[in-house]
Amino acid sequence: MKILVTAKRVTDPDMKIKVKPDGTGIVTDGMNYKINPFCEIAVEEALRIREKGNQAEIVVVGIGPKEAATELRTALAMGADRAILVLIDKYYDSTVVAKILKKIVEEEKPDLILTGKQAVDDDSNQASQMLAALLGYPQACFASKIELTDGGKKAKVTREVDGGLETIQVELPAIVSADLRLNEPRYPTVPNILKAKKKPLKEVPVDSLGIDVTPKTEFVKMTEPPTRKAGIKVPDVATLVDKLKNESKVL
Amino acid sequence: MAKVLIIAEHSKGQIKKATLSSVTAANKIGGGFSLVVLGKDVKGVADAYAKFGAEKVFVIDGDVFKNYIAENYAEAVAQLIKAQNFEFVFGSATAFTKDLIPRIAAKFDAGMASEVLAVEVSGSDVVFARPMWAGNAIAHIKITSPVKFATIRATEFDHAKESGAVSPVENFAANVDPAKAKVEYLEFAETKSERPELTEARVVISGGRGAKGPEGFKMIEELADLLNAAIGASRAAVDSGWVPNDLQVGQTGKIVAPELYIACGISGAIQHIAGMKGSKVIVAINKDEEAPIFQVADYGLVADMFKAIPELVSAIKASR
Ligand SMILES: Cc1cc2nc3c(=O)[nH]c(=O)nc-3n(C[C@H](O)[C@H](O)[C@H](O)COP(=O)(O)OP(=O)(O)OC[C@H]3O[C@@H](n4cnc5c(N)ncnc54)[C@H](O)[C@@H]3O)c2cc1C
Ligand SMILES: Nc1ncnc2c1ncn2[C@@H]1O[C@H](COP(=O)(O)O)[C@@H](O)[C@H]1O
Repeated sequence: MKILVTAKRVTDPDMKIKVKPDGTGIVTDGMNYKINPFCEIAVEEALRIREKGNQAEIVVVGIGPKEAATELRTALAMGADRAILVLIDKYYDSTVVAKILKKIVEEEKPDLILTGKQAVDDDSNQASQMLAALLGYPQACFASKIELTDGGKKAKVTREVDGGLETIQVELPAIVSADLRLNEPRYPTVPNILKAKKKPLKEVPVDSLGIDVTPKTEFVKMTEPPTRKAGIKVPDVATLVDKLKNESKVL
Repeated sequence: MAKVLIIAEHSKGQIKKATLSSVTAANKIGGGFSLVVLGKDVKGVADAYAKFGAEKVFVIDGDVFKNYIAENYAEAVAQLIKAQNFEFVFGSATAFTKDLIPRIAAKFDAGMASEVLAVEVSGSDVVFARPMWAGNAIAHIKITSPVKFATIRATEFDHAKESGAVSPVENFAANVDPAKAKVEYLEFAETKSERPELTEARVVISGGRGAKGPEGFKMIEELADLLNAAIGASRAAVDSGWVPNDLQVGQTGKIVAPELYIACGISGAIQHIAGMKGSKVIVAINKDEEAPIFQVADYGLVADMFKAIPELVSAIKASR
């Protein structure tokens, strides 16, 4: 089988984000970048599916600037076989991502598409569902467990939803988006990092795909979130209860 | 005709309060709104939703809609949008609508705003404010497609009040072939709880890795019983399997904004703070005085939670 996995280059989730004073975006000086944690989980899941004895080619796809090759190399070092980087250098939203991925899927014809539930920079949580709609494929989003069934023709997926866990079975090809509890991604080993340098990585300029990549949203401005005013430390439980009762009146 | 369609969520025959926040957001747009309720035998829910000022409450009812399957629901709602020419489609930002709305949006080649915090209207211009980077930046965006989709963050909009009138409830016969979906609904393992729902509780008490195990959460439960509180958790506590997944508070979990939030043994990672910083009063109990959670806490107590929580329980009992 063939598994297509998406890997987005995002700002390091543990770095402090500051909005530019002119409101045109965020400050990127000195920023580190990483593979989107949810995509990393998706890559790991593809590897585990293969390690369970399923013959599988794993193709990883990224959309972004030339630098996004670094994150694709990370996915290759984890164990993916080859990478496709769609180069785009202007503002895009999840509708554009979905259209680009649709095109790649039509070319690659994977049996399973694994994505991350959301990109931790834009926090949209849209592209996977949009891609499923464009392709007319079933979707199983927010997955915490995936099991291939029916000789690899279907997948049984447990989804993290409000109020509990839901299990559905989808016919392949399908889109499954990874949630946090799906697995714990491995660290690439040094030999694998070296090997990954020689694995194929194809760069594809977005214009060569022949699709309309006009976004359906328009960025107006970026603002700072409201800040909370600094609180106090209380010396003991008695003071805490007194404050909650008499100062903030929440008890 | 109404401008906004709201996908109304329900559970066990009851309306969801979060949907009423979407009603408030729709009222900011103006031009009227309608609701749609999907499911099997959901006329009762539709009647309950008819009290909030909708132009109409549409019901899409049938065996096909008994369980939520994105493919079927998306197709049905898309048909309704086309038939009624809605310009905006909203739903509250819950797992259900987050899964469903993007799938509908793509059928219209439409843009979408996720987790909307504010709807800014000037003339015919509508700008949506939405969080990015775990809420550390707020993007203001316009949607340029003819139909515009959004999920609304319930903590940022008051629940709409009953309007005094009753909206007409109308059946919409969606033409959905269940065989097309290629999805089989297998089961729902419900997290059973007697406590108030996490996103609706007046008080939330959350535990983190500092709770060290289910025993730590036993202690938290005792305090929660006393305050009729919901229990939340950090990712670390959920990943350790001490509490169910859907109690995770944060960037990728539940967004809560109770009157009182008590964080016990939680360090205060940005991903956690993203889910609770809208709370009215925040209390943090942590034995590390440098823990970042103290930067957002109104009242910080540097203490061992295993000592502090029982003390807190007795002190609250004594003060009553
Ligand atoms: C993509 C992504 C998404 C994420 N989404 C979320 C999310 O939605 N929600 C979330 O919470 N996290 C999320 N995280 C994880 C987040 O980054 C932190 O790892 C997590 O919040 C840490 O949980 P914690 O505070 O319980 O554990 P720790 O950071 O280990 O902190 C434990 C704290 O307990 C204190 N402590 C220990 N013992 C005691 C004691 N006896 N009494 C009092 N205090 C004690 C310690 O001083 C410490 O501060 C996400 C991470 C990623 C990468
Ligand atoms: N630029 C990108 N490159 C690769 N994958 C992406 C990109 N943008 C989004 N995705 C995938 O789509 C998922 C949802 O993205 P989003 O809708 O932006 O939250 C992400 O977790 C990724 O797996």
